[in-house]
Amino acid sequence: MRLNLLRSLVLTCVFTLIGSPGFAQQPSDEAALRAEVTRLREALDALEARLAALEGTTQGVPAPTAPPQQAVATPEPPAVVPSGGGGVGNSKVFNPDTSLLANFVGAAGRNPVSDQPSLQLTEVEAAFQAVVDPYARADFFLAAGPDGLEIEEGFITFTSLPASLLLKVGKMRAQFGKVNMIHTHLMPTADRPLVTENLVGGEEGLSDSGFSLSKLVANPFMFIEATGEVFRGNSSVFQSSERSKLNYVGRLRGYRDLTEGSNIDLGASVAFGPTEVGPDLNKRLIGMDATFRYRPLRRAIYKRFQARTELVWSRQTFPAAAQEKAFGYYGLGEYQFARRWYVGGRYDRSARALDASLRDTGGSLFLTFWPSEFSQIRSQYRRTNYAEGVKANEFLTQFSFAIGAHGAHVF
Amino acid sequence: MRSIIRSLFFMLLGTIAMGRPAGAQTLRVVATTADLGSLAQDVGGDKVTVVALAKGYQDPHFVDPKPSFILEVSRANLLLVIGRELEIGWLPPLINNSRNAKVQPGGGGYLDASANVKILEIPTGQITRAMGDVHPSGNPHYWLEPDNGRRMAQAIRDKLSELAPANRAYFAQRYVDFDKRLSEAQKRWEATMAPYKGTKIVTYHRSWPNFMEHFGLDVIGYVEPKPGVPPSPTHTLELIAEMKRQSSKIIVVEPYFDLKTAQSIATQVGGKVLVLAPSAGGVKEASDYLGLFEYNINLLASTLRQITGK
Repeated sequence: MRLNLLRSLVLTCVFTLIGSPGFAQQPSDEAALRAEVTRLREALDALEARLAALEGTTQGVPAPTAPPQQAVATPEPPAVVPSGGGGVGNSKVFNPDTSLLANFVGAAGRNPVSDQPSLQLTEVEAAFQAVVDPYARADFFLAAGPDGLEIEEGFITFTSLPASLLLKVGKMRAQFGKVNMIHTHLMPTADRPLVTENLVGGEEGLSDSGFSLSKLVANPFMFIEATGEVFRGNSSVFQSSERSKLNYVGRLRGYRDLTEGSNIDLGASVAFGPTEVGPDLNKRLIGMDATFRYRPLRRAIYKRFQARTELVWSRQTFPAAAQEKAFGYYGLGEYQFARRWYVGGRYDRSARALDASLRDTGGSLFLTFWPSEFSQIRSQYRRTNYAEGVKANEFLTQFSFAIGAHGAHVF
Repeated sequence: MRSIIRSLFFMLLGTIAMGRPAGAQTLRVVATTADLGSLAQDVGGDKVTVVALAKGYQDPHFVDPKPSFILEVSRANLLLVIGRELEIGWLPPLINNSRNAKVQPGGGGYLDASANVKILEIPTGQITRAMGDVHPSGNPHYWLEPDNGRRMAQAIRDKLSELAPANRAYFAQRYVDFDKRLSEAQKRWEATMAPYKGTKIVTYHRSWPNFMEHFGLDVIGYVEPKPGVPPSPTHTLELIAEMKRQSSKIIVVEPYFDLKTAQSIATQVGGKVLVLAPSAGGVKEASDYLGLFEYNINLLASTLRQITGK
């Protein structure tokens, strides 16, 4: 009864529309009218199917406008219910995507300078990521390590601002160079380069509370992103004891596809702010980075190559207009030679921030096995020549693994 | 020096405050895959410009979220996604960094094409990663079924009409034309494959359930022991035994997988490896959505003809 009523109602509407003056004025558009009628019939079919389902009938949904012999009883698929972070979570739709990532490192060999223990679960990272509302998403990364639990990052990202702007507010890794933004489990090596250790705050790096505003700069040639950041001044590099003295970071990133499987990624970064060396003393960091990637699309899961270098210039001021300038860099290459195997090498060279006459050099070779996307096993040979004349030869073994739904990372 | 740093910082902020050029008059459609792109072009005609992110010969699970893709998404009026977690490893960073409110999930310019299609292999019971790369909301390779292609085209037509109401009749007509071409081709494809219904097939990855079910082929195993897990010697031996037991002679492989294991199995069972196009553009002969089926059906049928003599 309701079906017939509904059908009559819709068909009446259709014929009323067809007979309306507006339609009569467009006699040449017959095909479009037919298409419209077809569309309305489909809508009617869908409504009937829904009604039938509501009334408990077993009638399937025929394939739309397919020939009768091809009509497929389409099972009503369960609705796609994205969870907060973009994954799918059934009944827990508003819960954030939650994941735990662990990093275990074993070290063998002689290194009188380093206090790295022989075996250590160096970090467990808990990540919570979700959409906040139609205007923003939030990402939290809590890191538990030997020194306790800390907020590694926790920020809101406003994704719907005008003028191609993206605003982040909270605690976050500063956009200085490449390595500073990479979480431990995503590093291609079991450690961080010497230049990061000596000049950019090591494992903790530039990570602080503040604002980050970035914009895509429209141009016909390449991807350009400009970022300006202001931080409180409470990181491994910058320390501020006054509200008026802040840490500023700026970055300009340019990216261009060279071919469909290769690209070049260039960046220039600058950071400036107070340090704890003394009152009214500042540090300035300037960084340049370049990355070349090659990944043939047809064999993307088997083969890739990446070469990267970062150069950092540091200048620390001292009383009486004195200053110390230090420079460091690394060069890294990594090659995937099988579906789950990567091999690579890195060369390090860096002076120390407060005494540039002390210069450390080193090199690493590493081999990584990825059993799956969610775990990796890495062996690394590292040789370091410390400025004091100490030479260290070490073997590092790293196990990284993840459980839960972890959001995809930026490129 | 401090003033230089400050100047640089404010220059960056100044750059940030700059406006962007006005958008084009046609709708800019960004599709995550070539199939969605092809359907969008079929329905949208010259009222849309379409960019497909993943190539047809690329594994759609593993696509780099390149900044050049961010640019494309940032300019899009409409973002078409396959959904069912196919793009979960690479699409979210593109959307998050696009600065485009329209294409955020739930936005007016976002369309998940899987909402009204026929989905197979929806897991039941507990799901763990010990099962490999399972998709909790079902197999996302649903576009490899003509009826689903029709439903996807309908959804695209409706979304385009919503975004550009003035062109509603145009999109409706384009859809009718597409539907007609698809229906005619579908009859031909089904007739071609009719003699081979029930033929036992092995595929490399679980990319083909909709395709095989629609054309009546019976998938008896996979080269991958579990979805996304590379072939292991033990599994390969078991698969060879099973193929011999069931007289299965054909292994279907996507163009982005290594053929070595599949060819080794085929040699053992006296069968053949077929590289089918999993997406439009997967091989050069299959340049669009209809061409994808045309190529796959012709290759399958000619091979089956040789093997079965039918």
